[in-house]
Amino acid sequence: MKLTLHIWRQKSAKEKGAMATYQVDHISPDMSFLEMLDTLNEQLILNSEEPVAFDHDCREGICGACALTVNGVPHGPEAQTTICQLHMRKFNDGDALYVEPWRARAFPVVKDLVVDRSAFDRIMAAGGFVSAHTGGVPDANAILIGKDAADKAMDYAACIGCGACVAACKNSSAMLFVGAKISQYAHLPQGQPERKRRALAMVAKMDEEGFGACTNLYECEAVCPKGISVAGIALMNRDFLRAKLTYVETKTGGA
Amino acid sequence: MASIVSYLKSSILSKVVMAATGVVLVAFLSGHMLGNTQMYLGQDKMNHYAETLQSLGVALWLIRGFIFLSVVLHIVTSINLKIINMRARPVAYVQKNWVKATIFSRTMLWTGVMIGLFVTYHIMHFTLGTTNPGSFHLTDAAGRHDVYTVVLLGYQNVAISAVYIAAMILLGFHLAHAISSAFQTLGVNHPKYTGIIETGSALVSLVIVCGFISVPLGVLLGFIKPVAVLAAGGM
Repeated sequence: MKLTLHIWRQKSAKEKGAMATYQVDHISPDMSFLEMLDTLNEQLILNSEEPVAFDHDCREGICGACALTVNGVPHGPEAQTTICQLHMRKFNDGDALYVEPWRARAFPVVKDLVVDRSAFDRIMAAGGFVSAHTGGVPDANAILIGKDAADKAMDYAACIGCGACVAACKNSSAMLFVGAKISQYAHLPQGQPERKRRALAMVAKMDEEGFGACTNLYECEAVCPKGISVAGIALMNRDFLRAKLTYVETKTGGA
Repeated sequence: MASIVSYLKSSILSKVVMAATGVVLVAFLSGHMLGNTQMYLGQDKMNHYAETLQSLGVALWLIRGFIFLSVVLHIVTSINLKIINMRARPVAYVQKNWVKATIFSRTMLWTGVMIGLFVTYHIMHFTLGTTNPGSFHLTDAAGRHDVYTVVLLGYQNVAISAVYIAAMILLGFHLAHAISSAFQTLGVNHPKYTGIIETGSALVSLVIVCGFISVPLGVLLGFIKPVAVLAAGGM
């Protein structure tokens, strides 16, 4: 396969970026999209040009590292597939592809197609955890959890934090991510003690990080490689409102 | 004052204000549309309805104030959200494709602006009579404000009818996304009910828009007739 690639090149966070055009030949339809970029980079290195920087790690669709917008769709044209698991047979010989980074103020470009997604880590640090006992290992089934609840929690916990939801949203909103994290805990008994505090803290952090607000276009759900449902956003809205109306910070030392 | 508008800093609270004021406005639109269709019941029924509304006095002004407040909050919040959302993406995509978003959901701001401009004209036309002073202060045989004829004269002008019909189609675009979206924002999303909510919202939008459009169309097509024609026994 021969392809024309229009790729976003940006030297650093401080410099302005622009699209650059490259031709690549000898692309096998069995290559993954990232292997195709590897081929391009080998070509660039041979020509003594700077290779294109892009994020990747497991290349198995489970780590959440890869993050490319292809032809205006995060993770490319195939539903519920990360870009590392997208194969070149999904494209046609002679195609022109536009490859861009996630675009959001909260995800500044580090270089070329690599963005800094640590805003997600800071949102998690604000409330994406449960309290746990130290000491002896608890019995695995000491707390009974219904199959339905466990399945729902697992569906939300499938989020790999790749940020495609933010990239797809016209407002760069992180509500599908935050909704998924809040929902995965909300469905489990272990998530109850901090439930209200979590909703308030994570939503406040999300706003502080400069993500936009959801307008219910549901593009996030459509591009999510794990198929996370926007029902998680509704649950987040419910939990946030309930907490806003009823949560009172307790003073320390209530013994 | 600072504490009243502090909700603007929160994305979800802002969304909730959009949804809650939207619910008020959809309720108002439903009532307004049903009221309008009384044009089909003739001059007496329509003018009686208008007089009844006017006779509410203080209550009418309270209702108007409540609706006006909802409109103001809806607009102010939407502008604030738009600013937040534009700031969130300083560099645009060179190429952007949509997977699931509809034309309705992507044009909310613009249909909203057009509806706002239309409502201003509409109030000048039928509430204040500033655009049509010559054909506004009419009275019927019973001495009531002849709203029936004012509306009829307005819609007999094809250009004015076209503006009303076009504005109602834009309203339909706005509502097609707005109603089901309000449910989601207010946290109502459940596998058992989401399908019903989406179908129901589309139906409500369609009924509101068709109801409104039916009046200028009815006048233009001759289903709603001038009083003189009715008195002469013309069918």
